[in-house]
Amino acid sequence: MLNPALIKEFKNIVGAENVFTDDADLLTYSYDAAVVKPVVPALVIRPTTSEALGRSVKVCGENGLPVTVRGAGTNLSGGTVPTAREGVVILTNGLKRILEINEADMYAVVQPGVVTAQFAAAAQAKGLFYPPDPGSQAVSTLGGNVAENAGGLRGLKYGVTSDYVMGLKFFDTNGEIVKTGAKTVKCATGYNLTGLLVGSEGTLGVFDEITLKLIPLPAHRKAMMAVFNQIIKASEAVAAIIAARIIPCTLEFMDNFTIRAVESYSRAGLPTDAAALLLIEVDGHPAMVEEDAVKVEEICRQQGAVDIRVAKDDAERDKVWAARRSALSALAKLKPTLVLEDATVPRSRIPEMVQAMQDIAAKYRLEIGTFGHAGDGNLHPTILTDKRNTEEWERVEAAIAAIFDKALAMGGTLSGEHGTGIAKSCFLEKETSPATIQYSRAVKAALDPRNILNPGKIIGG
Amino acid sequence: MSDMKALAHLMKELEDQLVVCMRCGMCQSVCPLYDQTGREADVARGKLALLDGLMHEMFKDPEGVYERLNKCLLCGSCAANCPSGVNVLEIFMKARAILTGYMDLPPAKKLVLRGMLAHPELFDRMAEWGARFQKVFTRPVNDVVGTSCARVISPLLGRRHFKNLAETPFHKMVPVLKTRPGKSGVRAAFYVGCLIDKIFPHIAQAVVDVLTYHEVGIVLPENQACCGIPAVSSGDMKTFRSLLEHNLNSFNPGEFDYLVTACATCTSTFKEVWPAMAEAAGNGDMGLLRRVERIAEKTMDINAFMVNIIGLAPPVRGVGGDTENPPEVITYHDPCHLKKALGVSVEPRAMIKANPRYQLKEMASSDWCCGMGGSFNLQYYGISSTIGRQKRDNIVATGCSSVATGCPACMLQIADALSRSGDRVAVRHPVEIYAEQLKRHEN
Ligand SMILES: Cc1cc2nc3c(=O)[nH]c(=O)nc-3n(C[C@H](O)[C@H](O)[C@H](O)COP(=O)(O)OP(=O)(O)OC[C@H]3O[C@@H](n4cnc5c(N)ncnc54)[C@H](O)[C@@H]3O)c2cc1C
Ligand code: SF4
Ligand code: SF4
Repeated sequence: MLNPALIKEFKNIVGAENVFTDDADLLTYSYDAAVVKPVVPALVIRPTTSEALGRSVKVCGENGLPVTVRGAGTNLSGGTVPTAREGVVILTNGLKRILEINEADMYAVVQPGVVTAQFAAAAQAKGLFYPPDPGSQAVSTLGGNVAENAGGLRGLKYGVTSDYVMGLKFFDTNGEIVKTGAKTVKCATGYNLTGLLVGSEGTLGVFDEITLKLIPLPAHRKAMMAVFNQIIKASEAVAAIIAARIIPCTLEFMDNFTIRAVESYSRAGLPTDAAALLLIEVDGHPAMVEEDAVKVEEICRQQGAVDIRVAKDDAERDKVWAARRSALSALAKLKPTLVLEDATVPRSRIPEMVQAMQDIAAKYRLEIGTFGHAGDGNLHPTILTDKRNTEEWERVEAAIAAIFDKALAMGGTLSGEHGTGIAKSCFLEKETSPATIQYSRAVKAALDPRNILNPGKIIGG
Repeated sequence: MSDMKALAHLMKELEDQLVVCMRCGMCQSVCPLYDQTGREADVARGKLALLDGLMHEMFKDPEGVYERLNKCLLCGSCAANCPSGVNVLEIFMKARAILTGYMDLPPAKKLVLRGMLAHPELFDRMAEWGARFQKVFTRPVNDVVGTSCARVISPLLGRRHFKNLAETPFHKMVPVLKTRPGKSGVRAAFYVGCLIDKIFPHIAQAVVDVLTYHEVGIVLPENQACCGIPAVSSGDMKTFRSLLEHNLNSFNPGEFDYLVTACATCTSTFKEVWPAMAEAAGNGDMGLLRRVERIAEKTMDINAFMVNIIGLAPPVRGVGGDTENPPEVITYHDPCHLKKALGVSVEPRAMIKANPRYQLKEMASSDWCCGMGGSFNLQYYGISSTIGRQKRDNIVATGCSSVATGCPACMLQIADALSRSGDRVAVRHPVEIYAEQLKRHEN
């Protein structure tokens, strides 16, 4: 429990109704979507204006209270699990205004609590496109997306959140406002602090306003499903498509385990005896799309696809993506606990990685469904388990370490899009070097000497 | 706690259901309450975490959990959208029963549930007195919506605009019915439900007219009791059990092929809540559970029954639907208990479309909860009416002259919202719209 004078001060800043002190309320901010141990914060506050957000951070800074900012709490790496030591959670879901959508210059300015899908819809209503579409977009916030550098199904062609952040206004550890970037397409003023802050998981500053780049909506698109009777052939087709210099906007992979789960869950008409599926969409100028679609089809056939179904209209296209989107749900229904991994490898190593996943499942006697963004090398091996089964849980942890080792050995990375948080901070050194950790800690110490901004995340400590 | 064994049993079952939640947070996108408050304790994930915390003794605040658990519309939007298939409503209802067992019911609820609802005849009589005296205390405010408000400031009614109790409840007009099936060859039992009986008897009449027209044999037993949802949602298993037995004794599944209702809430209670809660309510009485399951299997929403089992009569052109009399615009609100719980959304629309006097125009977010949530409306009228106001805005934006919905509770909430904004929009049930059309067949 924090001292009453401080609680009173917070109430003055954000209003009494936006300060939560009851045990029951505090408990509901002790977790996020990651499978990590919950930690109950000492206080939760919900500012509804920028000014209140800044003053809240300032008071925490002055009193050395650790701050964990929380958007929707959907991150998969424990980034919003607070700190035991007098941790304060600051909610951003009261800051949900889209401040500007500029059609002429194709950018938008938003508050951090705006929900991703709502923003994308608002942009689309003006004929503009905001491509990053994490699977959680119906609830995730733009602040959370920027802090995690979230990706999505369209990452292959359109990139991830960082490719759309033009500028930021954020509060430093003292609650002072820092401005980086611009509303111009180009900006070379000062340090690239935007680059530093994207993906910083709330450890270097608290976003107040985000300027996002928008692009024109693609005029045309075409989706198809390619069926393979060998996993290796599917993954080789991925490599061949990229090698042919075609960049589909989406190129997704599903293994047999996932196909069967999806089929029994949604009866989408998927071939349950297929070893693997590729779900592919090309978009852009109509003539180009038609040409690319034909080429992709050809390549898949050459690589041994046994069947290719091209969506004839929007309804069929929606069916293809509904099947992909239900992958997580379908797997989630099979076992109580689901560990969604995020290890990513260079695209040409996808066949090897898929094989490694099968070996790991066999070795640790676990059920692992693998699906994900094959086009950008970002697979989501999903381990099905029940965290109450301690013996099995030990095998799960060993399997996770093995997956990381494999990915790193192939020149890959621990996380393609889900961030480091606390779940992967202990593995970070494996991917980088002791000096990298030291360097990062030095940056953090310089910018946040009292270590109040989401302590313990990414670099531990 | 009356029965420790039942409690232990429930707890264990709850644990297996609770671990299914993977804390993904996807329920935030559909929860009408969270949409208003932004508080994690108001959305399914938070409530489930609280129950989990209580069970693992992470903290000891059953009152705090009870309060937050009760602040919920039980609309089931979260469950319908949950990727992990968490049976949210069942967990909430069982948890309410467990916690109520520990803490006992608040006295006011006890009075209403055990003193009145549990005794159908007494309930009927009190409603009749109410109907007789209500004119003294209320005055009409909107003749199109058909609402009244309190004449003097009343703590019970607040600023509500409500539908009055009908002068004659349906059970007085038609106490009992037993007709033979004609060419349909189908026999249907008709469960009326409290709100339809006491506030909207003309809907019950429309059901009887529709069934009669299609030559469906009707079994309408007398002295019907409440379906029990107010008791279950208050965690009052004692009252629930007595209502369950009363209903099981009135409806003999051997006498009918289907049991129909025109109330989304009653249908979902029969079909889902009864089987889920019967075992607990009956202290493991498997005989009771089997009887409940037989009824649950036969229960159907009237719209679904008409469209999928009987088949609708083709539209007859008459008044409206032609160039001289352009059709009236009508819109449809999906009750949570119909669409999210039972997956019925096409059928009520088909009933409306069968009447050419109306032109169906969809509103935005037709399946977003109206904010009623039974006793939620009494306890949290402020939030409830803000949610209702959004529904009203979406209804009015269609430019309709009436709105239809398949649940009398939604009808009350929507009537309040429309009436308070002074809108002249009638609130109807799809079965009324269809029945109106059949009259034209007969003429
Ligand atoms: C079902 C499901 C599917 C998912 N699919 C994807 C996917 O396809 N791609 C993907 O990349 N991720 C995915 N995720 C992970 C997650 O949704 C993303 O990481 C998302 O960006 C988190 O957003 P959020 O608003 O929930 O942030 P939170 O979880 O609340 O916070 C995430 C991090 O951001 C920080 N933060 C939040 N707001 C601010 C702010 N204003 N200033 C500073 N720091 C802040 C927090 O402190 C925390 O460290 C998925 C998650 C789930 C549950
Ligand atoms: S959507 Fe389902 S699994 Fe996800 S947090 Fe909500 S209840 Fe839990
Ligand atoms: S039942 Fe409705 S109000 Fe209650 S948590 Fe679920 S979505 Fe929210």
